[in-house]
Amino acid sequence: MSATEDPRPETRTERRERERRERYYAASQWTLIWWRFRRHRAAMVAAAILGLMMFLGIFAEFFAPYGPTDRDRTYVSGPPQLPMFCDHNGCSLRPFVHGTSTVRDPVTLRAVARPDPETRRYVHFFVPAEPTKLMGLIPSQTRFFGLEDGEKLHLWGTDTLGRDVFSRTLFATRTSLSIGVLGVLISFVLALTIGGVAGYFGGLIDSAIQRVTEVVRVIPIIPLYMGLAAAMPKEWSSTQVYFAMTLILGLFGWPTLARRIRSQLLSIRGEDYVLAAELAGARPGRIIANHMLPSFTSFIIVDLVISFPYMILSETALSFVGLGLRPPAVSWGVMLQQAQSIQVIEQAPWLFIPAGFVVIAVLAFTVVGDGLRDAADPYGQSG
Amino acid sequence: MLRFLTERAIGMAVTLFLVSIMVFVIMELPPGDYADRYAFRKYSGTGLTITEADVAAIRAELGLDKAAILRYFDWIGGIILRGDFGQAYAFETSVNSIIGEKAWLTLGLLLVTLIITYVVSIPIGIFAAVRRGSAVDYGLTVFSYLGLALPNFLLALVLLYFANSWFGAAVGGLFSAEYADAPWSLAKFWDLVKHMWLPAFVLAWSAMAYQIQTVRATMSDEIGKLSVTAARARGVPEGRLLLKYPARLAINPIASTIGFDVNRIFSELPIVAAVLGLTELGDLLLKSFLDLDMNVAGAILLLLTVVIVVMNFLSDLLLAWLDPRIRLGG
Repeated sequence: MSATEDPRPETRTERRERERRERYYAASQWTLIWWRFRRHRAAMVAAAILGLMMFLGIFAEFFAPYGPTDRDRTYVSGPPQLPMFCDHNGCSLRPFVHGTSTVRDPVTLRAVARPDPETRRYVHFFVPAEPTKLMGLIPSQTRFFGLEDGEKLHLWGTDTLGRDVFSRTLFATRTSLSIGVLGVLISFVLALTIGGVAGYFGGLIDSAIQRVTEVVRVIPIIPLYMGLAAAMPKEWSSTQVYFAMTLILGLFGWPTLARRIRSQLLSIRGEDYVLAAELAGARPGRIIANHMLPSFTSFIIVDLVISFPYMILSETALSFVGLGLRPPAVSWGVMLQQAQSIQVIEQAPWLFIPAGFVVIAVLAFTVVGDGLRDAADPYGQSG
Repeated sequence: MLRFLTERAIGMAVTLFLVSIMVFVIMELPPGDYADRYAFRKYSGTGLTITEADVAAIRAELGLDKAAILRYFDWIGGIILRGDFGQAYAFETSVNSIIGEKAWLTLGLLLVTLIITYVVSIPIGIFAAVRRGSAVDYGLTVFSYLGLALPNFLLALVLLYFANSWFGAAVGGLFSAEYADAPWSLAKFWDLVKHMWLPAFVLAWSAMAYQIQTVRATMSDEIGKLSVTAARARGVPEGRLLLKYPARLAINPIASTIGFDVNRIFSELPIVAAVLGLTELGDLLLKSFLDLDMNVAGAILLLLTVVIVVMNFLSDLLLAWLDPRIRLGG
């Protein structure tokens, strides 16, 4: 199999070295990119975090102990209940939380939940619960964790309506990430079409498209989104608003990528293989998609990953000021709407937990994007 | 140079024309028109019954029954010829009287923000490039990631909280209560300065993070150039050498992205304004979008975009002045 003429039998290390080299030379571009990406430790960690977030979001019905709008009237604005193994009554192997009893605040007369350090509620895993549907499809009656005999565990506390912050955060993760994905996909298709037409045909069409691109780039994006979001009829259901939001975000996210595609296409427009394809009778769409795009697919992917954070931040910002998604839909921005004042930071800081998710998601997407960019660069250092 | 100038000026005019069409389309988007809302506001609770004919009469009175293209020319004509942005329906006054002073406040805020951005990012970026790989450089990389990841409204809330607990007094808004409606005076101006640093810092935050990275990257490239080595060989002192060769070029990308920074700042303005309780255009824009007072919203959107386009133009000029290659090549 090997082409060596050397009569001496190969030693084990030599064979390993040869196989490593053969793998390297035979590896496709994508394998090479993956090898380089794997060496970027921060990017790998970030990718793992994103994977985990998506996993939790997709299976929110399983991991969240309660529904996004379920209210616990006995534990309103309650602080997080962290499971513990030990208290003053000794330790247990199974984690537990203290039970609560509702008392009235003597000053405000509001019902306040107060922990009762003498009672213990044990945390169980894979507990039976009210039937739900995973991803709205697969019926399930099991939740990842919960308390015994119908007591409720609020890992990250509850909001002013007694809704479980942990459960809501998981459902919000699903909404916010999926809006990002859909928005990026829409703007990708638009960028491909607009940038493709401008870059391939050039000339007058190109100049006209460049003018329009300039206009979209020059209007401040959040105010522009606000204007479009404000136009959504108030009587739309939250599902309609959700899809309208993805459309709005996608509709104006294309200029950066379109410019990139245009300039790349322009630069390889004169190559011989493009001419060859033209002479063979291929139509423009086919030439762009099959002959020209593959030469810079990796750059497009990097740009797509990098544009995620903007989508997520825009959605969060719009929902935060009340122009984006509306309750009962729950996204990170919708949750943060409850945390708009200093008073909240002082009285119920756990309502800010979704902000941590926003920061982590955006950071992770940025780091993964950077890692991909380094990996996709064939002239990078670790070739 | 003259040709370069006219080309850019014509480009600017075309862009502004297209922007005005786009803004007009956004103003027309919300369902229903002012006649409906006007009729509702005026007669709701009066017990009078409104017929379609009444609404149509109001519509005709306000000139809303004309074709969209005519209304566009009425609108843009009023703005260009008379500086008149039309009626603000929610406040029952003219848009001009609402925007008036706030436009200057916004411009002032923008200017302060830009100054903070560049005064902080240029020296720090240069420093990070000179001390590449140091703890400071590493810390700045983390900061620049955070500059993107930390939503500015969150930063605003956190700063507001700390400012509140350290300084005691409320630092939100642009004026203290006693100066809010007072005529301009030295004391009021000083009050404004005391309030402006927080919103300006929040708005500068992400632009700062971005520009530090830009300066650092260009500076790193330039430091390795032969011109630097040659100057060092001639015995030029290190500090002067850095300023004269690499730093001189590291400023170019900043000059070319001023419009981009203004865009970013204006984009964040409404959200930050909502959190910090600022009383300038960003806040007004958000309120008028929520009230669907589209004449006000459109006017503000147009004004903000005009500022950005003009800044883009100025940044082109600045770049041409800084970099002869562009001036002569263009």
